[in-house]
Amino acid sequence: MHDLLAARGQMAMSLGFHIIFAVVGIGMPVLMVLAEWRWRRTGESVYLELARRWARGTAILFAVGAVSGTVLSFELGLLWPRFMAFAGPVIGMPFSLEGFAFFTEAIFLGIYLYGWERVSRRAHLLAGVAVAVSGVASGIFVVMANAWMNTPAGFRMAAGRVVSVDPLAALFNPAAFQQTLHMTLAAFVATGFAVAGIHAALLLRGPATPFHRAALGLALLVAVPAAILQPLSGDISARAVARQQPAKLAALEALFTTTTGAPLTIGGLPDAADGTMRFGLRIPYGLSLLAFHDPAARVAGLDQVPRADWPPVAIVHLAFQAMVGLGTFLALLSLVIAWRTWRRRPIAGSRGLLRAIAIAGPCGFLAIEAGWTVTEVGRQPWIITGILRTRDAVTPMPGIAVPFALFTLLYIGLAAAVVWLLYRQIVRMPAAAPHG
Amino acid sequence: MADPTLAVVLAGVIMVALNAYALLGGADFGGGVWDLLASGPRRQRQRDLIAHAIAPIWEANHVWLILAVVLLFTCFPAAFARIAIVLHIPLSLVLVGIVLRGSAFTFRSYDSRRDAVQRRWGAVFSGASIITPLLLGTAVGALATGRVRAPAGSFAAGFIRPWLAPFTIATGVLALALFAFLAAVYLTVEAGDDRELADDFRRRAIGAAIAAMMVAGGTLLVARRGAPMMHAGLTSSRWALPLHAGATLAAVGTLGALALRRFRLARIGAAGFVSLVIWGWAVAQFPLIVPPDLSVLNAAAPATTLRFIALGLVAGAAVLLPSLVYLFRIFKASA
Repeated sequence: MHDLLAARGQMAMSLGFHIIFAVVGIGMPVLMVLAEWRWRRTGESVYLELARRWARGTAILFAVGAVSGTVLSFELGLLWPRFMAFAGPVIGMPFSLEGFAFFTEAIFLGIYLYGWERVSRRAHLLAGVAVAVSGVASGIFVVMANAWMNTPAGFRMAAGRVVSVDPLAALFNPAAFQQTLHMTLAAFVATGFAVAGIHAALLLRGPATPFHRAALGLALLVAVPAAILQPLSGDISARAVARQQPAKLAALEALFTTTTGAPLTIGGLPDAADGTMRFGLRIPYGLSLLAFHDPAARVAGLDQVPRADWPPVAIVHLAFQAMVGLGTFLALLSLVIAWRTWRRRPIAGSRGLLRAIAIAGPCGFLAIEAGWTVTEVGRQPWIITGILRTRDAVTPMPGIAVPFALFTLLYIGLAAAVVWLLYRQIVRMPAAAPHG
Repeated sequence: MADPTLAVVLAGVIMVALNAYALLGGADFGGGVWDLLASGPRRQRQRDLIAHAIAPIWEANHVWLILAVVLLFTCFPAAFARIAIVLHIPLSLVLVGIVLRGSAFTFRSYDSRRDAVQRRWGAVFSGASIITPLLLGTAVGALATGRVRAPAGSFAAGFIRPWLAPFTIATGVLALALFAFLAAVYLTVEAGDDRELADDFRRRAIGAAIAAMMVAGGTLLVARRGAPMMHAGLTSSRWALPLHAGATLAAVGTLGALALRRFRLARIGAAGFVSLVIWGWAVAQFPLIVPPDLSVLNAAAPATTLRFIALGLVAGAAVLLPSLVYLFRIFKASA
């Protein structure tokens, strides 16, 4: 296998694996804290039981997130040493801040998981809050670093060297706001619906215990508002990408020629070879409206980009369609859930709705994987847009297929173990109401 | 351009992070070694004590390594890039070890209590706890040899020989011995009122101390040929004598404290000994980060970056240090 391809494969696999655990590390602490807080407020033991069980699941997933995150911090250099030599001084700031946030998260998670009997109730709840806050913060810092790769800022180039470094400008680069907003909401949507999906499936299978109802309620409390807000965040992102990264927008919409009053294509198979799109459903003026909020706006197509610098159009377009499709489904489902809750009708009362929530379980994570595919593949052939090409950043070490295979096997084994352990935790859940 | 004073200070901070990682994360690996070597009638109690001691803190302890890596690539990007290229193989294997150690340890606590299941995860946990320090020590030793140069020539010359030599193998074994020594000493304190268990680890600590001192001496011998610059620094420079005197004092003091069952004192002595070995390495190759050519000065990031990182470190430490004190007071106050 070509070394560049192997390095990209290893990086994509490592990121795709880690992102699941990183997202859980952002979302689960919020759920634990909510459950513990409800227990303190109401005294209902079912919420204490929930907090403890969710804490156990979080412990397993956080450990895998911590070690797979360590792998990534090294892989940045092991696979892309020239990128790090170049970018380290500019975006080291968010990575260092992330280091501290992650440190805080690990410390307070230790206190939360093992301190039930050792600290006061109040200190325990606050430790959970610290985990939740630092989890969100560490996610934000890492995404800020990624946003810099998409819209580099805070330095100048002189004779191939980085000069006039401004770490603050790099930190608050143009894409930072919309990417961190989109990802943070996505973390709550994905975790919330995954947990809700599990409990909805268990409610469908067995009797409606207070335990599963309480779990479903809290999980939806996190997922539903985030899922309803996410299309708005997506709109902000789309308009920003249209202005800041026109090549990526053209690829994700598979717009081959620059068009005034561009239509939106839903679905469809783009063919980059002859620049055509098959089977898509075209909505007139849709793209101009979405990207610029103006039906007559001119949208730059791939013809503005040298052919050699096109990202893989089909992958980016399909991944984008998948992300938007899944996000739309989750947003619509959330509206139904919100409406039903507003009418004071229990969610668990409708088997159809429970089935939809069970189906929604994995959808948030699938949308996240698709979304990262859009961001990362859509930036190719650049590792830093317009500055450094991915192929110029790769390590000179040959035989990268070997570590790629090694880490793939390792992660497959790890994934199998995690699934088995979580299954064990879940099948051991109280089937009948344990505390009434 | 780079700011020399700030670059030296930040290199010092990276060394402090590595020192903390060795004393805390290293001891967690050492715990894995003693999990594997648990024996006698109290085998299960030994393993339980180790798990109990590590569980709440290993993830926080592990972050010291991440902090060191992040600071290295931010402040000394050229050094990080060279290390990542030339030491790709041992560092990748270290990562596999880190993944297996952490996940197997966690999985063991949450999987079935059945003996077979517990043993299987325990074997992965302890196996990885041995392999990771060996390779990490090997990679660090490679830096001291001065052979981590921009790759040229064959694959073996560029990517294997720089880290596979008698000296680097010796530093790998030294890291393992030091971590096992630290863990055994800490566990004598963790055992608390359980005199039998404390004695189990007291014997292990004394054995590990002797082993570590012998390996340290052996490493110094092979350094003559394998890492001449390091050897010169450790034998004939102005601070060589105080360093060896300090290390000897710490080692003898630790052994004495163990003999007198003054376990808290032994813990301080052990931490002091390991820290002196680490700072001996750092001082011997100062101001070089990657000998023979990349130094604290010529590999440093622009001054603006260093200034912002220094500010970030102050702010980060203001959050981190009280949190760490709180964590250790909760779980280690009685120990």
